[in-house]
Amino acid sequence: MKNKFILFALIGFLSFCFVIFYKGLDNIKIYKPKINNKKDIPVFRAKDFNSNIYIDSEKIFEKGNFYLVNIWSSWCVPCRDEHPFLMKLKEHQSVRLIGLNYRDKLNNAKNFINEFGNPYTKILIDSDGTLSVEFGAYGVPETFIINKDKKIIKKFIGPINEKIVEEIKLIIK
Amino acid sequence: MKIFKIILIVFFSLGFYQLKSDEKTAAIEIKILKNIRCLICQGQSVHDSESEFAFSIKQIVKKKISEGLKEKQIYDFLKDKYGEWIVYDPGFNKNTYILWLLPLLLFFLAGAIMIKKLIFKK
Repeated sequence: MKNKFILFALIGFLSFCFVIFYKGLDNIKIYKPKINNKKDIPVFRAKDFNSNIYIDSEKIFEKGNFYLVNIWSSWCVPCRDEHPFLMKLKEHQSVRLIGLNYRDKLNNAKNFINEFGNPYTKILIDSDGTLSVEFGAYGVPETFIINKDKKIIKKFIGPINEKIVEEIKLIIK
Repeated sequence: MKIFKIILIVFFSLGFYQLKSDEKTAAIEIKILKNIRCLICQGQSVHDSESEFAFSIKQIVKKKISEGLKEKQIYDFLKDKYGEWIVYDPGFNKNTYILWLLPLLLFFLAGAIMIKKLIFKK
């Protein structure tokens, strides 16, 4: 009787382990940070892309407006793909686009904007990438939606596409 | 001459103290960077990684240390931005309690079985 119990317990334990590991096979192993709850925007000082003057974040983000913070770089190929969608979003009056130029050469970045157009109301320079870390980004492109209460409510990792544009439109409506 | 000697001693002592302090800061920085995962080259620490993300993290850790933040505060800052997964040494919380408690549980279970076997033998 005792032996039978041990046998069943062993089989049960091994089956449990098998199920756990088998399920684990299908899991995506790449970790992606999520934003589950609303986060305050970081407090920072950054150089303006056009004027080269330092600006405080309080002066950039005003209460009562939706903002889209887009991290981009001229050397980033997916940024070129998402650029037409950003130009589309620019037409929406209810959202302001803020560009964060990530670890880029100023001349290359200016050429990029001249070639593809400027969807941003303001562009900030993030030459060492620390500003992007303050936002919780880990690559380019990444886009953050900031609500009227100056809270980060959503982030999109990777280039923006038609589907994401629709999602953004629904949020900012 | 005597004053000159005293000035020299003070100057070199201060220089040595500064050097020691810089060494200590660099050691803390390396310790922190080795305990942070790179989210681009997953499986590598930020210290070992050469990715853009790792570079940015190295810069921010340096900045936070110079601002006077302690090791734990830097981990908390990064955990707040990227989640618990960013550090190699996970804390005890609802997502990690099995990880922490299971080895202890297995240890006590094995101990209990061994003690029981020994008592039965006697």
